[in-house]
Amino acid sequence: MACLVRLIDGSFDPAAQLAAFSAAHAQAGGIASFIGQVRAGANEHGDVDALELQHYAPLTLPGMEALAAAAQTRWPLEGLLIIHRTGQMRPGDPIVLVAAAARHRRDAFAAAEFAMDHLKSDSWFWKREKAGGEWRWVEPREQDFADIRRWA
Amino acid sequence: MTLRLVFLGRLEDAAGVAEREIAVAGSLDAIMAALEPELSAALSDARIKLAVNGILVTDLASLTLRDGDELAFLPPVSGG
Repeated sequence: MACLVRLIDGSFDPAAQLAAFSAAHAQAGGIASFIGQVRAGANEHGDVDALELQHYAPLTLPGMEALAAAAQTRWPLEGLLIIHRTGQMRPGDPIVLVAAAARHRRDAFAAAEFAMDHLKSDSWFWKREKAGGEWRWVEPREQDFADIRRWA
Repeated sequence: MTLRLVFLGRLEDAAGVAEREIAVAGSLDAIMAALEPELSAALSDARIKLAVNGILVTDLASLTLRDGDELAFLPPVSGG
């Protein structure tokens, strides 16, 4: 099975990435994908103008690769794609793309959701938002921990 | 010995810089004593994890530091 895990500092085109992934896994009966994007709207301090994701190079990509390997051992996958942004983004910009290809859809859905839950709450990223002209760090949400406990 | 300290997430704000070098005797206690009290208090939060040279420390009690080591202080993540 082919795992493709990338951490990128520039913008990317989820549709083009997904098309290439689908073409590379023609033998898969199903591909489940998830795109996370910067939410347009306001936090308690006003409209969010920008979002920044910080990472720590020695840990972040190795952690994502370990996550992909864990998904691979848990479900029979034909392929798995994880692309995650770092750096500054604007509302509407894609942050993350996860796609899982499998012979049958349930494995694809489960693996994609497993990967997303772990990217949200168990991967080495720190997020801050700019609203009202000021940057503020975003604290982890209790829901993210609840999401990841489902897989224990 | 000289150590490089890396502050991630909101710890960067507490430290005022993303990275800094510190010349100190080689123990975590010595580092904490050498830093500003507000910063060492922020770093002592039980939820903050430590990585040395890119390896997560799981047993602080048996931590041994060497000249040139990079210590990263990792607050709770908020990614994705």
